Amino acid sequence: MFRHEQIEINAGLLIALTLVVISVGGLVEIVPLFKIGSTVEEVAEVRPYTPLELRGRDIYQREGCFYCHSQMIRPFRDEWLRYGHYSLAAESQYDHPFLWGSKRTGPDLARVGGKYSNAWHVQHLIDPRSVVPESIMPAYPWLMERELDYADVARRMAALRKAGVPYSLTEEEYRRNVERWGRAIADMLDIRRAEEALLRQAEAGNYDGDRRHLTEMDALVAYLQVLGTMVDFKKYGEAYFVQFR
Amino acid sequence: MSETRADRGRGAAVQTTGHAWDGDLQEFNNPLPRWWVWAFYATVLFAVVYWLFYPAWPVGEGYTKGPLNSITFEADGKTWTTHWNTRARLMRELKESPAAVRQRQYLEKVAAAGYDEILADPDMKGFAWSMAKGLFGDNCAPCHGSDGKGRIGLFPNLADDAWLWGGTVEDIETSIREGRRGFMPAFGEALGEAQLDDVAAFVLSLSGHEVDPAQAARGARIFRGDAGGCHYCHGMDGTGLKSQGAANLTDRIWTVAKVPASPSLEGKLEAVKRVVREGIRREMPAWKGRLDPVQIKLLTVYVHELGGGQ
Repeated sequence: MFRHEQIEINAGLLIALTLVVISVGGLVEIVPLFKIGSTVEEVAEVRPYTPLELRGRDIYQREGCFYCHSQMIRPFRDEWLRYGHYSLAAESQYDHPFLWGSKRTGPDLARVGGKYSNAWHVQHLIDPRSVVPESIMPAYPWLMERELDYADVARRMAALRKAGVPYSLTEEEYRRNVERWGRAIADMLDIRRAEEALLRQAEAGNYDGDRRHLTEMDALVAYLQVLGTMVDFKKYGEAYFVQFR
Repeated sequence: MSETRADRGRGAAVQTTGHAWDGDLQEFNNPLPRWWVWAFYATVLFAVVYWLFYPAWPVGEGYTKGPLNSITFEADGKTWTTHWNTRARLMRELKESPAAVRQRQYLEKVAAAGYDEILADPDMKGFAWSMAKGLFGDNCAPCHGSDGKGRIGLFPNLADDAWLWGGTVEDIETSIREGRRGFMPAFGEALGEAQLDDVAAFVLSLSGHEVDPAQAARGARIFRGDAGGCHYCHGMDGTGLKSQGAANLTDRIWTVAKVPASPSLEGKLEAVKRVVREGIRREMPAWKGRLDPVQIKLLTVYVHELGGGQ
């Protein structure tokens, strides 16, 4: 007859069966994420970050913005009213790692792109309380002083390409990107011309308002200004995204 | 040590595991409290009921959707019924929650009413004020401040009586909907330092500051002549021009030059000079893409009431 005691006094058996039990729990949670395709929204316009935005994202991570700012608008009425449309899974498909965050000391930033002017972001990052007196955010004045280091941006993109982000390294991949997002964007996503694309976007955008220097502020503001702006929700009906649940 | 309930109940009825270590060290095998056991069975039962009502088990490439539960919501002019999920629940809540229903009654009323009616009706005006306060806090306060007082040099004050682009409801609505581009050329190269001094003296004299009269007179000629050409936008008398967003220089309200921050006349002159030298380039974004027409209407009423609307 089976007695639980036999497992308890046999270390090898205990380890083996513990592994089995934990694996079942893990597999039940993880495997469906790979199998269930019906919950992934079909939105073609979500693209990988441009080289400049990517460097901005790196700075966002370096400065630990995600400790206090989430990037995940949940489907609740209050969040819908304050932040806008709830976040889609497809919107963070090229994020490695995700920056969803888990704590909101400051507001959610998933749709902060385009909400404020570049000049506001620059002023706010240099001295948050000069524009929001009640803010408790630290100041990040060095972003404006430090030149942006973009020497390794192509290698960073190549690493992300290995994780499945469609940055192009061959002519074939580049053509596919042109088909998906058009030539202007495909040019931005080409690893072979990454530095050139980064400089072009920084020059055209002039994010920090100072044309003479390419600073970390340029990159961070470029990143903040693209957050949550890739999907044009006016194109889709109100009910469209409900079916992916 | 006092006797516990467990001690009292023990006696002969309590089982041991049967082991004995070091000769006499035994291990009790107390049964779990009955309430705990029943609570455990209840959670198992709860789980089964949960599976029937909510998405639960992955099956193949899909999942069980909770066959006994569904959500009906209206969107895009149609009625949809779907299995229970948070997105559908949100769509229903946006239309049917008591707060949303009450709000919609007001929103429809405000949408249909003209500004005169809204401002004359305390009920609608009160609604506009409280609803727009949230909109203002989220969208406008980051620049103009939660009190609307702005920040000299960066973002205009909305809580005073001075309006760069006009203070009527129509003007305010246009400012919000279409945005504004504030622009003044930099005169640093066209005018030398001495002429900048003269112009600054004249500008301060317009608002009643005591400056060197001779200097102000020289400045007036630059201001009103073609050397500076200031009068094209600010007017011969310096009262500004609404269509250009040019400031009235005859009041003591400053939106760009940091005049109030300088206690001394030299400081005030320098603050004015700086603006004339470097010019102004600032932008109010257009909100028509982010806010719907009713929201813009509510904000217009709010901003109109916040300052001395005209």
